[in-house]
Amino acid sequence: MASFKPTKIQVYPKLGEKVTQDTLYWKNYKAPVQIKEFGAISNIDFSPVAPHNFAVTAFTRIHIYGPFSQEPVKTFTRFKDTAYCGRFRADGQLLVAGCEDSVVRLFDVSGKVALRMFKGHTKAVHVADFTSDRYQILTGSDDYTCRLWDIPNATELNTYQEHTDYIRCGVTSKLNRDLFITGSYDHTLKLFDARADKSVMTMDHGQPVESLLLYPSEGLLVSAGGRHVKVWDLLKGGQPLVSLKNHHKTVTCLCLSSSGQRLLSASLDRHVKVYNTTNYKVVHNFDYAASILSLALAPDDESIVVGMTNSILSIKHRKSLEESKEISSQQRRRPSYRVIVKGKNFVPKQDDYLVSKPVKQHLAKYDKQLKQFNVTKALDAALETWTRLRKPEITVAVMKELDRRGTLKNALAGRDEQGLARLLNFLIGNLVDPRFAPVLVTVAEMILDIYLSVIGQSSVVDRQLLRLQELLEREINYQQDLLEVLGMLDTMFASSLPRKEVPCPSISRANGLAQREASASRQLLQAT
Amino acid sequence: MVEHGDIRVVHRGGSKINFREPVITNDSRFLLCVSGECVKVFSTSTEECVHDLRGHTDLVTGVLLKPSNHLQVYSCSADGTVRLWDFTDGILIKTYTIGYPVYSIYASANHEGVIFIVTHTLSDKRSELFQLVAVHLPQSGDQLVEAGELSAVLNDVSSNPSSIVFGKGGEYIASAKGLQLEVFFFKKQKSYRFSLKEDNKKGGKNTFTCVACHQKDDCIATGHEDGKIRLWRNFNHKKEYTYSTLHWHHSAVSSLCFTPEGTNLLSGGLESVLVQWRYNQESQRDFLPRLGSAITHIAVSPDGALFCTSHSDNKITIIQSCVKVSAVIQGLVKGESVRTDLMVDPRSKSLVLNGKPGHLQFYSLQRDKLLYNLDIVQQEYIHESGLEQFEVVKAAFDASGNWLATVEERKQKVAELEFNLKLWAFDEQTQSFVLNTTISAPHEARITAMCFCQATDSPTTMLVSTSKDGHFKAWQLTAPAHTEDEGPSWSCDFVGAYHGLVPECCCFSADGSLLAVSFQEVVTVWSPTSWELLTTLSQPPKAIRDLCFGRLSCSKYLLGTTASDLLCCWNLLTCSLEWSTSMDVSLLLADPLTENMAAFCCQAGSTDLFVFKPSEPRPVFSLKAVCSGKVTRAIFAPREQMLECCEESSQWLNCSQLYFLTQYMDLMTFTTKAEEDRLMASSKQLVIDGSVAMTPFYLLLGKHRQQENEDPLSDLSAERTAPLQSSAALKELLQTPAHVLPSTAFLCSIFVQSLLISVTDAREENKQAEEEMDSEKEEEDSDEELEYSNPRPEQALVGESAAPALTKVQLRELRRVKKLDHSWLAGLLHS
Repeated sequence: MASFKPTKIQVYPKLGEKVTQDTLYWKNYKAPVQIKEFGAISNIDFSPVAPHNFAVTAFTRIHIYGPFSQEPVKTFTRFKDTAYCGRFRADGQLLVAGCEDSVVRLFDVSGKVALRMFKGHTKAVHVADFTSDRYQILTGSDDYTCRLWDIPNATELNTYQEHTDYIRCGVTSKLNRDLFITGSYDHTLKLFDARADKSVMTMDHGQPVESLLLYPSEGLLVSAGGRHVKVWDLLKGGQPLVSLKNHHKTVTCLCLSSSGQRLLSASLDRHVKVYNTTNYKVVHNFDYAASILSLALAPDDESIVVGMTNSILSIKHRKSLEESKEISSQQRRRPSYRVIVKGKNFVPKQDDYLVSKPVKQHLAKYDKQLKQFNVTKALDAALETWTRLRKPEITVAVMKELDRRGTLKNALAGRDEQGLARLLNFLIGNLVDPRFAPVLVTVAEMILDIYLSVIGQSSVVDRQLLRLQELLEREINYQQDLLEVLGMLDTMFASSLPRKEVPCPSISRANGLAQREASASRQLLQAT
Repeated sequence: MVEHGDIRVVHRGGSKINFREPVITNDSRFLLCVSGECVKVFSTSTEECVHDLRGHTDLVTGVLLKPSNHLQVYSCSADGTVRLWDFTDGILIKTYTIGYPVYSIYASANHEGVIFIVTHTLSDKRSELFQLVAVHLPQSGDQLVEAGELSAVLNDVSSNPSSIVFGKGGEYIASAKGLQLEVFFFKKQKSYRFSLKEDNKKGGKNTFTCVACHQKDDCIATGHEDGKIRLWRNFNHKKEYTYSTLHWHHSAVSSLCFTPEGTNLLSGGLESVLVQWRYNQESQRDFLPRLGSAITHIAVSPDGALFCTSHSDNKITIIQSCVKVSAVIQGLVKGESVRTDLMVDPRSKSLVLNGKPGHLQFYSLQRDKLLYNLDIVQQEYIHESGLEQFEVVKAAFDASGNWLATVEERKQKVAELEFNLKLWAFDEQTQSFVLNTTISAPHEARITAMCFCQATDSPTTMLVSTSKDGHFKAWQLTAPAHTEDEGPSWSCDFVGAYHGLVPECCCFSADGSLLAVSFQEVVTVWSPTSWELLTTLSQPPKAIRDLCFGRLSCSKYLLGTTASDLLCCWNLLTCSLEWSTSMDVSLLLADPLTENMAAFCCQAGSTDLFVFKPSEPRPVFSLKAVCSGKVTRAIFAPREQMLECCEESSQWLNCSQLYFLTQYMDLMTFTTKAEEDRLMASSKQLVIDGSVAMTPFYLLLGKHRQQENEDPLSDLSAERTAPLQSSAALKELLQTPAHVLPSTAFLCSIFVQSLLISVTDAREENKQAEEEMDSEKEEEDSDEELEYSNPRPEQALVGESAAPALTKVQLRELRRVKKLDHSWLAGLLHS
């Protein structure tokens, strides 16, 4: 004797993002702190030493913020024109910045006046950085040159004039004091060795290069330019490894997470994308209000700082452990796990005599009624407020089951005003849902058939019927619009796809029949 | 059959066991039911088939315990004989020849030596009128008895066996037909007729469907078409009869039965609910619901402890005192049509086809037993006629048996077609299939064909489904996109179309590198790795009906049949037509283990079979008129062990066996002579006792009996009496038709030998006697009683000569044997 098979509730795929480890990690930040700056924020740099202040270069100023302050702890304002690329030295004591007026200034973090001024460039300096021996400075400028300067003497050590366009990004090696890489608007990346007079390696990015990033191991180089992010293998002589095209506007900034497992890229299209560095797939995405010019991650990913063109600095801090725990403690109101499994995981000993008890099948309320063939009561049970509102798929599944049994009409008939109103309410709420439409359209037709004679007797029901009609009209118009769009898309696809001949060597020869024309006319492949 | 006398078409398994009411024996240990041309004896506790009572040459139409001897059973058949069997040993005792086809049989303890049968009206054999006839069985010692003494009892009865029944103590017999109930009293030799009106006011139909009589009381229960049960009383007066009505069933009552004590009335019908009414307190009812499918017969054991119900899905359920189903005997379920193809499960090598509604059945061909039903639809089945339910219409296995794909659909009158594609993964732990993915509405219109990629070496497999919406879709197993606990599931990989034509069939090549999809008269060949259209082949003017790739050395050929009665073979290397021939092929299939292909051709109302290799012009084997009607379902099932047959015409059956379903849903197969011989030999070794349940009593005494069996003395006595009945060679010789036997001269010596009682027996006996005397003598000085209870001197001798070291016991044995030897050998020599 088979047991009663409960009604099958269709499981619909969950819409929206899948919850992964990455989304959990990158969503675990507080609401952003937003600070208005004086102009577009072109660069953000974190100090390598605790407490990890960060320098924000915006218009003619450089502000230094503490990790938790909303006000700048220090401000450098001695620029004649727009400042660029304020960067810390490895010990966090000195800060270098380029400027539109072609002068590179070196500041003490605690002081106010520039310690040194390096003059020699003829145009704006967009790139400035310290080499790893701490005593030299690399600069790149719009006069197509990059130069090395000696800090103690403030003298120029070397000039490299190989690029043929503006140099807008550069990075120095952290492991070797002589190596540095520059990227330029002439689409190339060049690796220089200070001991040699010329560049030692050149890579072609294909677009004006906006940003560069070296992996901590310095075997891989990441460049961003145009819509592309490219990864280069330096140890293999600058071979391109991957090319990523996930943004739809110019990528402006690159950044690595503290573990080195994730790469972040920011773009003018207002998105920050997070890539997995093993397979270079996008694992997460942040949206911002305006085009992003600069991005930086604090050590240990404690905060994400983003600077945008509308001069707003957005700082997101990671949620502390207590805060994330707070949420989980709120959920813990159910009985403890021990109570639920009490006695269920008991393993019988060797001599124990096992008394088997038939497992009682648990049936839902509507299933109990269906088992008894009480169709109206089953539908009532499925139309209970909670089910109707929270789990409409259960109500629809019961209706479908009744329809399968051929008793849906009996279940729908004989309802009073209140019952009918509830049924119509449910229909209005779910009729246009594509998941439920096939079943609910049948239900709606049946209801109209059954209650045709009583229309006009109750104002509540009449109002709902009018609403239903309105809803259907709107839906029909909407579907019509969609079909029009689909037709347009079809014509576009048909004209853009190339037609391909199918090799069909010997049909006519082998068959030798009169249908040669027929088969010849069918040799085009419909490539969808 | 003329050309290849050694290959025969035979019925294989799956005969109906619900055709007539089953019978439970007095001790409730066995259940007898008719099954095609034989009567099957099942054990009620283990569900195993213990015996087949074979002998009838036509459909068996009834089985009945002999009222005067509860160890014997009558069976009647449409071949015009009634046979008496001893069912515990499976021996035919007597055959009564009636001369007319018998449709049912009745007997009563009060009518000694008389049985009642239903036949055609004697005068007119061809009419549709039946009559109840009393047959006086002559007392004769012969095995074959002519029973000519017939006397009609009732004219114009129903041929349905459940519409005639004996009343209290055999005093009267009740018969119902149409709207009339007739009761015949034997004492008065008079019959009363009671009629009902055609329709009562509420529109219910009053036609009688079945009758049952109370065994202690004058009461007749009748079942009706509209689900009512009437209890008739006081019917020995023409005018003053009364009846009361019981109504629970919503459709026709198909079977009624009183329990032997008369306390309860059992009824069943389409609802598949067994209803138990209390006699005289009819408002109290007990129900046993969800028995699986419509009840066709109900039987009760003579002690009232067991009920059994037969069901429309070829099943017999044994129920203990109306509360618990204790055993289910399930035959091959045969619906009106098999919507899925016949398939072979690569793991269990069982045949898979539609079973109960919404199920797939796995049927073991070797053991002729239903293994299990797999619930595909997983919905409560509503037993109501005229209701559209989900049905399994397509199913496919992948090469390793790890995946099963099924399509179920339901067509409503008004709404559109509902259908789901389900993919099932084999679970090693439960040894069954577990639902992995459900795809609702995988296509926009009905699926026409579905197949798995059959390449065994590829790690991932692929499913292709073609649909009436003009697309074919490839489905592939994909790992979950994100790191979650859910396992891999199936998703669509590619959607293909060709000029908006409707694809009809699809087929993968043996190595999985090519996919052929037919679009009306065009065959398109695709590469499943890149989804490129490689080439198109066509053979106008008619649409392609069937597609099949060659196997092994013939894998370069693609075969197709068209609606214009053409069988075409394309060579895929040259992309040209290799050959074509004109024949109306209804079914084309390839043997997965060899190059052979089988084509069933429909010609002039019967089907011919051709077995051929695509590379050779001549068929390997052909057989005309395999069966009447069209064959639409067939399968090559791999054999458990290869046959070593070297005859050219039967070599194609060496690796696999060809099964097919005829128009009338009979499962048939082809066997060779050698195979039949082997089967015959193996059936002799079947041990009956092994399949009878172990009872505590058996445990106590069974051991003892086994020891006895080993005793050569009892062995000997059995051998003495046995030869005439149980020699298989003799039986075979007598039962095989004369035209298939070898020449008489060849058989003579074997026959004579089998009749002889071998000389060794006599010697053995002699020896036994001597030995026993000896052992008695030695009993005092020996405490090794065990040795004597099992004396086998000859064996012991052989064993000792082989064994290097002799134990003490063995030494003594040897000495004893030596002593023995002289005496009886000398005696023999002198004589």
